[in-house]
Amino acid sequence: MSLEARFQEFKAAAYAPKKLLNEYKAAGKKVIGVLPYYAPEELVYAAGMVPMGIWGSNNKTIARAKEYCATFYCTIAQLALEMMLDGTMDQLDGVITPTICDTLRPMSQNFRVSMAKLQKMPTIFLAHPQYRRPAFGLQFTVDQYTNVRNELDKIAGHKMTDEDIRAAIKVYNKFRQARREFVKLAGEHPEAVSAVNRSAVLKAGYFMEKPAYTEKLNELNAELAALPASNWNGVKIVTSGIICDNPVLLKIFDDNNVAIATDDVAHESRTIRVDADEEGDPMMALAKQFANEDYDVLLYDEASNQNRRGEFVANLVKESGAKGLVLFMQQFCDPEEMEYPYLKKALDGAGIPHIKLGIDQQMRDFGQAATAIQAFADVLSM
Amino acid sequence: MAKEVSPGVKALRKVVEDVYADARKAKAEGKLVGWSSSKFPCELAEAFDLNVMYPENQAAGIAANRDGEIMCQAAEDLGFDNDICGYARISLAYAAGKRAARKIDWDKEDGYVINPRTGKPLKDADGNIVMGPDGKPVKDPKTQTPYIVLEDIYEIEALPEGREKERRRESIQPYRQMRMPQPDFVLCCNNICNCMTKWYENIARMCNIPLIMIDVPYNNTMDPNPENVKYIRAQFDNAIKQLEELTGKKFDEAKFEHACKQANRTAQNWLKVCNYLQYKPAPLSGFDLFNHMADVVTARGKKEAADAFDLLAVDLEKNIKEGTSTLPFPEQYRVMFEGIPCWPKLPNLFKPLKANGINVTAVVYAPAFGFVYNNMDEMVSAYCKAPNSVSIEKGVEWREGICRENKVDGVLVHYNRSCKPWSGYMAEMQRRFTADLGIPCAGFDGDQADPRNFNEAQYETRVQGLVEAMQIRKEMAE
Repeated sequence: MSLEARFQEFKAAAYAPKKLLNEYKAAGKKVIGVLPYYAPEELVYAAGMVPMGIWGSNNKTIARAKEYCATFYCTIAQLALEMMLDGTMDQLDGVITPTICDTLRPMSQNFRVSMAKLQKMPTIFLAHPQYRRPAFGLQFTVDQYTNVRNELDKIAGHKMTDEDIRAAIKVYNKFRQARREFVKLAGEHPEAVSAVNRSAVLKAGYFMEKPAYTEKLNELNAELAALPASNWNGVKIVTSGIICDNPVLLKIFDDNNVAIATDDVAHESRTIRVDADEEGDPMMALAKQFANEDYDVLLYDEASNQNRRGEFVANLVKESGAKGLVLFMQQFCDPEEMEYPYLKKALDGAGIPHIKLGIDQQMRDFGQAATAIQAFADVLSM
Repeated sequence: MAKEVSPGVKALRKVVEDVYADARKAKAEGKLVGWSSSKFPCELAEAFDLNVMYPENQAAGIAANRDGEIMCQAAEDLGFDNDICGYARISLAYAAGKRAARKIDWDKEDGYVINPRTGKPLKDADGNIVMGPDGKPVKDPKTQTPYIVLEDIYEIEALPEGREKERRRESIQPYRQMRMPQPDFVLCCNNICNCMTKWYENIARMCNIPLIMIDVPYNNTMDPNPENVKYIRAQFDNAIKQLEELTGKKFDEAKFEHACKQANRTAQNWLKVCNYLQYKPAPLSGFDLFNHMADVVTARGKKEAADAFDLLAVDLEKNIKEGTSTLPFPEQYRVMFEGIPCWPKLPNLFKPLKANGINVTAVVYAPAFGFVYNNMDEMVSAYCKAPNSVSIEKGVEWREGICRENKVDGVLVHYNRSCKPWSGYMAEMQRRFTADLGIPCAGFDGDQADPRNFNEAQYETRVQGLVEAMQIRKEMAE
């Protein structure tokens, strides 16, 4: 199979999740929607159901969600609600609603209230602790994940066992490993993996069934690994932000010979950095996995008087061989906005140029972004 | 003639003045001064005799003193986006050493450059406004104020000793919130919002100081689950250990119990004062509570605050007996004001209410600061119940409770650009208020601290709409 044909397979999944949802349902499977961030998807898999990530949409316009939201909320959350209300997600058997940012807190209530009012589906509430690592924090995560587990059992109609969860952890560790490998190979081979294709491959992972996805990705990775060393002559950058999956926007990178060496994006690498223990108590393993997450704008840093996250991202740029960083600033995203000055400080300190692109999922005109990216590419090529 | 200030109000003002003065004194003596989020369990800091300042109260004060915009702008120049909470922006600019200051007139030995646009119109002996040759009213020079510019305390401190340094130091706006000491540690409790977590992390980084954190996860049920209480209780123990390390003192159980007792008294007295709004007509203007909130925020654990609220209750009792009120107009309608007020625009908020005889007789701040408890676990549960950490059902129960008890005719909802967790489910709440209580609601867009986000014309139209709806309802009832 040609590389292009492989990319087409991932694109088909990435750009048409509704079709996959219909197929899962037609095959008699139960499907659970999973909202950002850090929901223990492994539990959905362990319950014998299919998890599908819901990170907004690049093709929808906010209309019905206005009944619940004022305008100053991130479009990812608003468009997720839109799709819950407009029928796009009606086939879901349930949805997990984490609450780790200030938009998701009240949105968890809007999801629950509206889904109950329309008799659409149960919502599963999830509150993560900000003290992730001390024993009391780990225990709280286990307690919360146990609630999620129990609610999933109800929807599945049977109880998942610890063994089911251990098996799910193994599946997800392989999934994350394949994704990490792909991110690395895509960074090494921009001549073969465009920014648009890179994103589609990663995005498809939210919708495809994990074992099938991992298998296909490993095949792609093997082909990429076998390629001769890259002779590509554009500029490499690192992307950062919550999400940057709009193919129209990403094509601007490709058109300007700008490649993504690696990323610090919540929708991409921030969720795949840490694996879970495959032995021992599987609920504690999942709690520890969350505890080991780090360098994220959404997570409390106990060493708060240091600039660990900023320095981590600056190092990521240096180690990846990229020349600069492009920050996709999701409009109305407080956590990302709050961490920007210190990210900037670390980047400036390390001599790494960057640009900040304000984006949201209802943007259709990327003229300004195109000018900024083009100018940045010119600066970096000098 | 200046309005007479009642003994209770005087006492409440003094309590807050003293909290700031004590902190300035402590700082001058080289003692530790902390900054704390408003719903951090203050009892813990009180047990260590720590001087603590409250950035939310400070930011509200700065905004009310009309310096919100220059401070927000200063934060934006530091890289903080203008979508971020206005309190956070003001506080972060302040933590970075930025200050609103009067523009120095360097051509003179002393004094500032007066902004000709400020000041009230000059009146002649008969009380008529004096018009200038340009046909515009002449400003009374006594009421004119200087231009406000941005200063930086770290820049000032780097100057050699001398007159320039002295003058620049003096030029910083003289009100207490702009003279608050820089922090030596921060106390953060995110029961209010998650923005708080990153806000305080930023302060800790800017000032290179320790952060003591209490994490209160969002609650989806009517009451906190036992596992939430256990998780937060463990953090209290953790915070005590950190405070012991910070101060080099052992945790003083007696002082802690004393603070708890006082905090309970303050909370109860605060609720008692809020409950005077149940009287019809009310013996006070609901806007008074916005001013008195400073006491529950900055001095909850202090005897003086509890006593001052007691005194205020005496004032209000007297008003009832005498049939008077602090409301400067007859009360025709009673509404709940939902959300944090737009501090920089308080007079503008008040204007159409006054014009239409509307008294705010219910504010969500009443239950929001009513932390009453009998033991440590109950104390933990109490701190789980901040407006932005409870489920929509709990939030509706609170509000509908005070709407019923305080007999409101309508609800005015502030869609506060600064506060995403608060405004995020207000649309659904509005529907419930109308369905459950049969009262009209009107929403308007504003901001708790950034005056640029408030549209006076829209606000007035919405208030007018609410009045018409309340009028129709009243007529139908009659």
